[in-house]
Amino acid sequence: MIELKQVSIRCGAFSLNDISFRVESGQYAVLMGKTGLGKTTILESICGLRKVQAGSILVRGIDVTRWSPSDRQIGYVPQDLALFPTLSVREHLQFALRLRRASRSEMKQRTEELSQVLGLGELLDRNVQRLSGGEAQRVALGRALAARPAVLLLDEPLSALDQSTRIEMHDWLCKVKVATGVTTLHVTHNSAEAEALADLRLVLQDGRVLENTYSGSGED
Amino acid sequence: MESRVPVAEMRQRRHADLPFFVVMGGLSASFVLLIVLLLAADIMFTSVQDFRDALMKPQIQAAFRLTLLSCTVAAIMSLWVATPLGYLLSRYRFPGRWLVDTLVDIPIVLPPLVLGLSLLILFHLKFGEWELESWLRDTLGTPVTYQWRAVVLAQFTVACAFAVRTMRVTFDQIDPRCEDVARTLGCSRAQAFLQIALPQAWRGMLTATTLAWARSLGEFGPIMVFAGATQMRTEVLSTSVFLELSVGQLDSAVAVSLMMVIMAILVLLLLRAFGARLQA
Repeated sequence: MIELKQVSIRCGAFSLNDISFRVESGQYAVLMGKTGLGKTTILESICGLRKVQAGSILVRGIDVTRWSPSDRQIGYVPQDLALFPTLSVREHLQFALRLRRASRSEMKQRTEELSQVLGLGELLDRNVQRLSGGEAQRVALGRALAARPAVLLLDEPLSALDQSTRIEMHDWLCKVKVATGVTTLHVTHNSAEAEALADLRLVLQDGRVLENTYSGSGED
Repeated sequence: MESRVPVAEMRQRRHADLPFFVVMGGLSASFVLLIVLLLAADIMFTSVQDFRDALMKPQIQAAFRLTLLSCTVAAIMSLWVATPLGYLLSRYRFPGRWLVDTLVDIPIVLPPLVLGLSLLILFHLKFGEWELESWLRDTLGTPVTYQWRAVVLAQFTVACAFAVRTMRVTFDQIDPRCEDVARTLGCSRAQAFLQIALPQAWRGMLTATTLAWARSLGEFGPIMVFAGATQMRTEVLSTSVFLELSVGQLDSAVAVSLMMVIMAILVLLLLRAFGARLQA
């Protein structure tokens, strides 16, 4: 479960005030809104990468507003993916588990599970700099899911992909949704993407988040 | 559809680029040529016999050993300091950051003799009865001024400033988003630095080390003032050139200079080869 209660965020001249919404456990929510309205800022605040000036952020019912990003148990896939250039695909999938001192067998098992769900089996030993756009997206998704996070945050995961890869990636997201059932908040400005994936639609408009008010006019 | 450009027009376009390459190539070549001519002049001036005679002198051999040791120690120390400082300056906006940024550049812009003098004053300035040099000598048993340690410290002071600049630019070019994502995956800030930023910075670290080593090799003014040029004790190759010149031994001075050039080239080649292996 993700809940924002009257959250205010300020970064430079830009600010968001009294943002409130709630995504129930296991729900796949899509946050829509035009570019530049602050969708990414909201995700970064939930992750703990951006400080909030007021209000509270709850994950699994626990107030994590003042927690460091490392303690929040959130899987985050940023728009630019931010894959680690010096690591292989396998090392990406095992990164979070290694930090949690998981056993070798546990890491091996989880790597197999994820590579099966995301179709990464043949790419495991490849360096991430040699991946296509769709493959890189799946690695970022696998890296975020590896430690079984409480929630998954996706920042425009399909926006930088070509049409065929976008369809393919969309199918992978559906597969992940079914396989993991993780509470997900997916940011997009594409209404078709929202319609196909969402259990819950949130629209960021005039500095406020409106629930279940999908109008189909979110696209730029 | 295939585009058809007339042959004459194509030739004309190619000729239009000619002045560009002549100007760019000419300006670039002038500098490269100057370096080649400098080296060629040194080689032509000296003979194998002069070179061998210089190498046989015990004081030159001692200076060679001390140069290798002090440059290496100064370069390693520079890297140790420059990596965290470059990272902090690149990633964080803290109060007084601009001041730290300016202070780091001071050894670069300060005249070398002034830097040496400042080091000398620092170690001998009295605070009541207390003096840094006396404390180091009497309490820790490690005197610095006019010792080999002074050579290392003088080299480090300048070399580190260059290393910090290099490391800062290196971290500026590394996307901080990777460290942010690593933190959401469970990394502390230290783990994100060590496991994500540092492995990406190896090229910059190699450059910083090379630069620091090369700067240390060429250091002269601060060493003369702070460490002196006592034969077999604090004499390094740069001071050897000066000492040989001051007693009219021009052949020997040029031979030592060539030795420094060879050392610099060898270190550059070694580090490049090491870098290529890391990349592979």
